[in-house]
Amino acid sequence: MRLLTHNMLSSNVKGVVNGFPLRLEASSWVEKEVEFNADFLRSMFPKIDWPALAGAAQKIGYAALPDTADATMLESEDFLKKFHHALLEIHVEEGALVCPESGRRFPINKGIPNMLLNEDEV
Amino acid sequence: MKLKQLEGLLGNLEQFSDPKVELEQYPTGPHIASRLLYMAESMYGDVSGKVVADFGCGCGTLGIASTLLGAEHVIGFDIDSQSLEIASINAAELELDIDLILCDIKSLGPKGKFVDTVVMNPPFGTRKKGSDMEFLSVALKVAERAVYSLHKTTTREHVRRAALRDYNAKSAEILCQLRFDVPKIYKFHKKKEVDIAVDLWRFVP
Ligand SMILES: C[S@@+](CC[C@H](N)C(=O)[O-])C[C@H]1O[C@@H](n2cnc3c(N)ncnc32)[C@H](O)[C@@H]1O
Repeated sequence: MRLLTHNMLSSNVKGVVNGFPLRLEASSWVEKEVEFNADFLRSMFPKIDWPALAGAAQKIGYAALPDTADATMLESEDFLKKFHHALLEIHVEEGALVCPESGRRFPINKGIPNMLLNEDEV
Repeated sequence: MKLKQLEGLLGNLEQFSDPKVELEQYPTGPHIASRLLYMAESMYGDVSGKVVADFGCGCGTLGIASTLLGAEHVIGFDIDSQSLEIASINAAELELDIDLILCDIKSLGPKGKFVDTVVMNPPFGTRKKGSDMEFLSVALKVAERAVYSLHKTTTREHVRRAALRDYNAKSAEILCQLRFDVPKIYKFHKKKEVDIAVDLWRFVP
């Protein structure tokens, strides 16, 4: 699971009002190079929840992203490179996503988060 | 990539080893799958450089086709972990990266428009009535540009009305009619059900 996907997922356990962002716990991850595409990054930026991305990146030891970001930063090549790396090149293999409100854990095995809910959670 | 080449690569993918009838697990054949994605890309530019979701991805055919046509990020969602494992192997064999999520499509949605395009071959709802419409309703909530989907031709007017009126689609257009062949897996099917007419739709959310 890439951090871009993490940015799109939320916990929908019954009764939870704000299930986003899911807290990332990662015990293993891999990095894979992806071709740099500045246009894609610029078009994605407004849709990304920045604190969620920066927070998740920090959890896997990538602390190069600023805590906050605004659109003017997209002119910096250096910023785009870091954004690119965090968004697309890190794959979480094992760990869990934790609902910020209920504490419900969604395990990640072999890169696949299990977001299935039990009957009493829907 | 040429259409023929895409179709060839999709033809080599591993498919459901032990299809679960209640989940309507039958693959989209390489002929239909390659044309669906090829049209989405060449006629509408909905794939290359985009974020694409494959709803009910099964063994990953449509998601993998999206990646092969240049999608920047692809996420496959399915409720069955065994299919996702096959999807993961299929992607790895082609050295492609797609993200996979084990979940029920019905529990997605509230997070808003998080992808550009949704591609899907939803359960037709022969086992669980209305599942294709549930998929469509969620797809139109999460897609920003377009939803590509296959539905039985017999449900055409219902699909159009629901999309436009209930799910607020801006447009609902049939790109072509196809024959979908489900027989080899579903031995219990009566003869007349063997070859189903389906419409390939493009919806604009
Ligand atoms: C007709 S198959 C299509 C498979 C694959 N997309 C393809 O094109 O080859 C439908 C898929 O939807 C999945 N499915 C059924 N109900 C689901 C649900 N509620 N949520 C997520 N996936 C579901 C099944 O496991 C199956 O893989």
